[in-house]
Amino acid sequence: MTTGAVGQAYPRLEGREKVTGAARYAVEYPVDGVTYGWAVPAAVVRGRITRVDAAPALALPGVLSVVHHGNAPRLAPGPEPDLWLLQEPAVHYRGQLIAVVVATSLEAAREGARLVRIDYDAGPHSTVLTADHPGLYRPDQVNPSYPTDTAEGDFDAGYAAAPVRMDATYRTPAYHNNPMEPHATTAQWRDGRLLVHDSNQGAAPVQATLAELFELPRESVRVITKHVGGGFGGKGYAKAAVVLAALAARQVDRPVRLALTRQQVFGPVGYRTPTIQRVRLAADTDGRLTAICHDAISQTSTLREFAEQTAVYTRSMYAAPHRRTTHRLVRLDVPTPFWMRAPGECPGAYALESAMDELATVVGIDPVELRIRNDPAVDPELGRPFTSRNLVACLRDGARRFGWAERDPTPRARRDGRWLVGTGVAGASYPARSRAAAATATARRDGGFLVRIDATDIGTGARTALWQVAADALGVPPERVEVQIGDSDLPPAGVAGGSMGTASWSWAVIRACEALRAKLRDTPGGGPSDGEVTAEVSTADEVRDQPALPRYAYGAHFAEVRVDADTGEVRVNRLLGVFAAGRVVNPTTARSQLIGGMTMGLSMALHEEGVLDERYGDWVNHDLATYHITGCADVERIEAHWLDERDGELNPAGVKGIGEIGIVGTAAAITNAVHHATGVRIRDLPVRLDKLIGLSGLA
Amino acid sequence: MRPFRYHRPAGVAEAVAVLAAEPQAAYLAGGTNLVDLMKLGVQRPDLLVDVTRLPLDAVEELPGGGLRIGATVRNSDLAAHPVVRRDYPVLARALLAAASGQLRNLATTGGNLLQRTRCVYFQDTGKACNKREPGSGCAARHGQNRDLAVLDWSDLCVATHPSDLAVALAALDAVVEVHEPDGPRDVPLAALHRSPGEHPERETTLARGALITAVRLPHLPAARRSAYLKVRDRASFAFAVGSVAAVLDLDGDVVRDVRLAYGAVAHRPWRAYRAEEELRGRPFSPQLAARAADAELAEARPLRHNGFKLPLTRAITVRALTELAEGTPAP
Ligand SMILES: Cc1cc2nc3c(=O)[nH]c(=O)nc-3n(C[C@H](O)[C@H](O)[C@H](O)COP(=O)(O)OP(=O)(O)OC[C@H]3O[C@@H](n4cnc5c(N)ncnc54)[C@H](O)[C@@H]3O)c2cc1C
Ligand code: SF4
Repeated sequence: MTTGAVGQAYPRLEGREKVTGAARYAVEYPVDGVTYGWAVPAAVVRGRITRVDAAPALALPGVLSVVHHGNAPRLAPGPEPDLWLLQEPAVHYRGQLIAVVVATSLEAAREGARLVRIDYDAGPHSTVLTADHPGLYRPDQVNPSYPTDTAEGDFDAGYAAAPVRMDATYRTPAYHNNPMEPHATTAQWRDGRLLVHDSNQGAAPVQATLAELFELPRESVRVITKHVGGGFGGKGYAKAAVVLAALAARQVDRPVRLALTRQQVFGPVGYRTPTIQRVRLAADTDGRLTAICHDAISQTSTLREFAEQTAVYTRSMYAAPHRRTTHRLVRLDVPTPFWMRAPGECPGAYALESAMDELATVVGIDPVELRIRNDPAVDPELGRPFTSRNLVACLRDGARRFGWAERDPTPRARRDGRWLVGTGVAGASYPARSRAAAATATARRDGGFLVRIDATDIGTGARTALWQVAADALGVPPERVEVQIGDSDLPPAGVAGGSMGTASWSWAVIRACEALRAKLRDTPGGGPSDGEVTAEVSTADEVRDQPALPRYAYGAHFAEVRVDADTGEVRVNRLLGVFAAGRVVNPTTARSQLIGGMTMGLSMALHEEGVLDERYGDWVNHDLATYHITGCADVERIEAHWLDERDGELNPAGVKGIGEIGIVGTAAAITNAVHHATGVRIRDLPVRLDKLIGLSGLA
Repeated sequence: MRPFRYHRPAGVAEAVAVLAAEPQAAYLAGGTNLVDLMKLGVQRPDLLVDVTRLPLDAVEELPGGGLRIGATVRNSDLAAHPVVRRDYPVLARALLAAASGQLRNLATTGGNLLQRTRCVYFQDTGKACNKREPGSGCAARHGQNRDLAVLDWSDLCVATHPSDLAVALAALDAVVEVHEPDGPRDVPLAALHRSPGEHPERETTLARGALITAVRLPHLPAARRSAYLKVRDRASFAFAVGSVAAVLDLDGDVVRDVRLAYGAVAHRPWRAYRAEEELRGRPFSPQLAARAADAELAEARPLRHNGFKLPLTRAITVRALTELAEGTPAP
């Protein structure tokens, strides 16, 4: 790091292209002879398709084919039963995509999809998560590979013996990732090779999945993912759109464009599982925790086990000698849940950070102070020191910026006209991990440099960050560097997920640039005299050999809310987050990630909720007019700050990842503030006016 | 989407004649509701008769006071009209509390009044809905019905009318000018929409093919002191979970006249005549306003998920009227 592009607030490299509409997304690439696919959802929850009558659809001018389990090209049964699409008559959940109509126009495909007649044999179904569901079981592990349950000391004895106890159950509903761009693909087969332009969070894993499903060598599949209109985890792996488009394109032997409808994004591609979480805390009268227990229940489908790591957050967050965490799961007749921004940590933190607030009230200690008092010196379960842990610094800095010291802890003590005003705080953490990646760096004859890596920019600014990192690693001004990403033909790298993107990709980029510089030093004349010089690296060994240490980013969230005493309406006056997330590569894009995460946390706290109709077995509010996501008018004042944190145990760029930490503690900070404002503790999200109405006695 | 034809009529009479002759035709105005429903397969016209080029886009001041609003005047333009802002603030506020800027730029006066319910089952052709498919059942009656009616529903349909504009117009005693196959006619706004009863698929009292040509506002000086209060689940861009349009005319502290209408409680904009009766001629107090709301809601029958609408409607009635009485309506 010499010239210092890292740390500068560069605008996104592709920003102009995007705002002028020139940037092309997956279904916008011009393709000769392209056709359009429209997916058909199952109209029953559980059962079998007994008959598909395609004739009415095929009679419509423009309709080329109705692809379904009776005629679709065969797929190899892979590890992802969700993607074994159009292969069997079984229906596992309502809305499962069971056919594709292909036509020469989008309109004909859509109308054709409506005209396909499908008969079913339907059976009884179970779609509602309950704490006493007879199907509750203990999975072998939770995502990605954590132990299901953990215990240290003796929770029951510790809890029983403590002078102060807190026991509460929190519920979160199904949440649905809704990037602006739905899952969308243009697929073309050429000479037995498959080319897809696809909206996803990682081209290489999609390539691998397609190769497996279609039984092709990987080289025969190319996935291009240049621009992605958001993902939030929901495009983490290959999803229905890309598989259906490839199947349909093979069937009609023409290129096919297929985008899921907004309704189809609510289910078939995943969602955040609802949770039921019981948290028990015990403490001495000084608020020092003696026992912590977090029992989490969530759901999965009958197709595949998806075990969200809801209680894992509690394993490393606060110190206590007696501790236990458990996860239980139910297989329901629902689509398989999937990742949504900070899967596990986000709902888990909502429960634990709410419980901490409740405990603070019980013991009469300030909730910031309570967290500081219980900050562990070493990882409570691993017993090893954290590579860096700045939760306390975040809390202190946040409290200072927020003006926390003036706070009267009494609930419902502040009023501003008809509004009851309150403030709340929550801690946050998110693992700082890295994955192996490969990259190449090339010195061009004209003095420029080219860096190639199959990273993905899902709108975060990842392309720009890597460009800055590469410039510094090469020791040249960034203007001389070109970065190519988003193509499975490039050196392979992992998905944009788990807040690992910049950490993992910059590691490979830096090593490639270093290798190139070494190569150039050994080249007579120090440059590419008669052609280009390229260095290629993989970080596989380095990442594998990294010692297993507790590495986390931390954050402190502060919120001020007001609640209308008559109507129960909740508004957030102010959100403030302070984060310790290693080195910040680009303040502009970092701030955007952090306040974006915080806004999504606000949305989780107050607005979003998948409303299930048990009889139909699906979410009835499956569009953006009825599934409310926080809008600009709901965000009044929002600030993200970060500490200057240097941690030498992470990766060469020293970054921890900032994509997810912003959402983790937000919901709890807001609900804690709602309690402070009103004296009412809402333990099932979202907090809506009907849960608070009538505080004034007027209503 | 079903293939459809498109027609641009030369005049009002022709438009109405085309609709009368084509049983599956529909008027197209801003299209912000109709086109969505066509995409979803909920409405499937085979002919769209575009009314936006008809000469119905003027707002005129009437000689004896009052205003005539053309049916194709866009919601944004109406909300910004200086006379509306000065003489009928309740109307401007109701418009601005609805939808989003982009939608309001397209949405028309006539289309707004005839927009369909936002009941989630109505919008999903995979679910039972008597309004969409008579005889198929009402999925909402025992389903997710937090957003639906508390007043005047039937076992066949518990939907609400979603328009904010219509609530304001109901309070203002607006009159809808329509052109039917039999000729022009005036329909009081309060009589435009029907109760669901046995036929939830029939939403208005208009004849098939009727074209709304204008909405007339009476001369109502008291409306200068009027307010629209809307409660929703997020700060913008959401339909009401409760709303009230109010006009209050005080003589000293005695209620000389009052107009009150509720949104989000029934299949039609709900003019609260009983509450008005309770208020008229009495010295105003918040307690009186609460009693008036209670009188109006006495016959309410909340559904499984929407009992909160009663205290909510009561609270916003009290607030709207109290603020008007104190001369401090909140923006
Ligand atoms: C996401 C979203 C949020 C919204 N939020 C709100 C809200 O908060 N409050 C609110 O009030 N509204 C809201 N709306 C609804 C919006 O106000 C209506 O869609 C709009 O007013 C309809 O007007 P239009 O001109 O686009 O009608 P169109 O969609 O063109 O037509 C609607 C209906 O009226 C008929 N029609 C149109 N003009 C005439 C006429 N002159 N004579 C006879 N029939 C006619 C059409 O045939 C059709 O049946 C929202 C809409 C959306 C999509
Ligand atoms: S309430 Fe009315 S619109 Fe809704 S499902 Fe029932 S019949 Fe249909």
